[in-house]
Amino acid sequence: MLVSELKPFDEILHSLDGESTIFLLGCHGCAEASHTGGEEEVRAMKTSLEEAGKTISSWTVLDFLCQKALIKTGLQPFKGQILASDSVLVMCCGVGVQAAAAAVDTIIHPACNTLSMGGAQGEWRGSERCEECGDCLLDFTGGICPITACTKSLINGPCGGAKDGRCEHQPDVRSCGWQLIYERLQKLGRLDKLAEIHTVRDHAKAEPPKALRSTTFWALEQAKE
Amino acid sequence: MKSGSNLEQVLTEGHFAVTSEIGPPKGTSADFVRKTAEHLKNCCDAMNVTDNQTAIVRMSSLAACAILRQMGIDAVTQMVTRDRNRLAMQSDILGAVALGIRNLLCLSGDHQKFGNHPTAKNVYDVDSIQLAQMVKTMRDEGLFMSGDKISGEVPIFIGCAANPFADPFEFRVLRLAKKIRAGADFIQTQAVFDVPRFSAWMEMVRDEGLHEQTHILAGIIPMKSAGMARYMRKYVAGLMIPDDLVTRMEHAQDAKEEGIAIAVELIEQMRDIPGVRGVHIMAVAWEEVVPEIVERARLLPRPIV
Repeated sequence: MLVSELKPFDEILHSLDGESTIFLLGCHGCAEASHTGGEEEVRAMKTSLEEAGKTISSWTVLDFLCQKALIKTGLQPFKGQILASDSVLVMCCGVGVQAAAAAVDTIIHPACNTLSMGGAQGEWRGSERCEECGDCLLDFTGGICPITACTKSLINGPCGGAKDGRCEHQPDVRSCGWQLIYERLQKLGRLDKLAEIHTVRDHAKAEPPKALRSTTFWALEQAKE
Repeated sequence: MKSGSNLEQVLTEGHFAVTSEIGPPKGTSADFVRKTAEHLKNCCDAMNVTDNQTAIVRMSSLAACAILRQMGIDAVTQMVTRDRNRLAMQSDILGAVALGIRNLLCLSGDHQKFGNHPTAKNVYDVDSIQLAQMVKTMRDEGLFMSGDKISGEVPIFIGCAANPFADPFEFRVLRLAKKIRAGADFIQTQAVFDVPRFSAWMEMVRDEGLHEQTHILAGIIPMKSAGMARYMRKYVAGLMIPDDLVTRMEHAQDAKEEGIAIAVELIEQMRDIPGVRGVHIMAVAWEEVVPEIVERARLLPRPIV
């Protein structure tokens, strides 16, 4: 199970600065189990955001937001509301946020920090997309994770090594992660996001207890002993 | 004065600055450092020492800079965040100040894959922008990153790199702006060969008024041979060498002389670009050529401040 926790409400609200109409997206998978993105939490978020003066265009909770193909189908009925919204607030793990960002051409914001992948990579299995850093930055990067997309995990922009949009490290198989981020934000008209200086990471957040880093089978294996 | 370093004084007084650079030995010889530095001593305002450049292990920049200080040279310690975490960096900065070092260049560093320890774990606990921010906090507020108080002053002139030639091009100016906000007092750029692209970048820099908020020194690498030109064009990450310069090197009767001539021309072109405050000459493993280049570029003698 991918374990997430809700970001502090103030941080979420700050990420929505300048936006008035928001679409809320929750997940019936691990986020529901983590009590961060199930129906209950989405309803609570709707109330809190409305109290803070935001309009919620609509909301839905889908099965497995980390499954990119499922999201597209699941969001089809909400196309109108999403297009009429300034952004989508995604309440689940980092993989789900990235899958949602790849599925819809609009600004997405993560509502959660991913604490652990629990030994899993979600249902978008093409590659590792979340490093469970515990301090999700996807809000600033158009929904592409700089920790996993950049070989140096730089969070303030690209190093000087990219050429023709490819990473110097493995140009044959890797794009420069920051090139992808730049292009996504350019497409969304949000290059202003890149001006933010991110101070040093809190690596302590990336060290959750062992139990969180394992699948549910881990507990069963422990019980046998 | 933020640091009182020679480089800071030269730049503050409005002189066109010249910095240079040495690569320390893959060994323990202090004499090697002294001999190399001797070539450059009178033709630059400050001397960088690279920090495990291209991820190849060499004598530490800090130690080599301490030797330069003994020779009365203003040293620029380079520090890459690839090899150290925040504890190691802060303690090295305290040590650098204690040894009389007043300039620090904050870099992220080449990926370890390109060096002689490709199986190493990189650190990147902190990136180059955060390092600049950290040094600024240490200097201006007297605080460690943790918020604890530092005993004594941390007079450091903070430098950062900029690469106008890497992708994405439009991001490059934005990133420079971030580095300035983080604390960069001076900037040393990647080597310039493609003057039109550099000029286009400088125009964007001036449009944002960034040239007035920091001192930009343009990077110059003298080419020793046509082979070196081809090699750099092909393999050095983030470097752009126009074909006509490579052709010039290939057709030259005396390649070294041609390389020097090109370097001198580039310096002269840099002086004509508004907002460029100096040059940074990187003749690593060819340090002895620097005095001639600086002289032919009519930048001698260096100002005494």
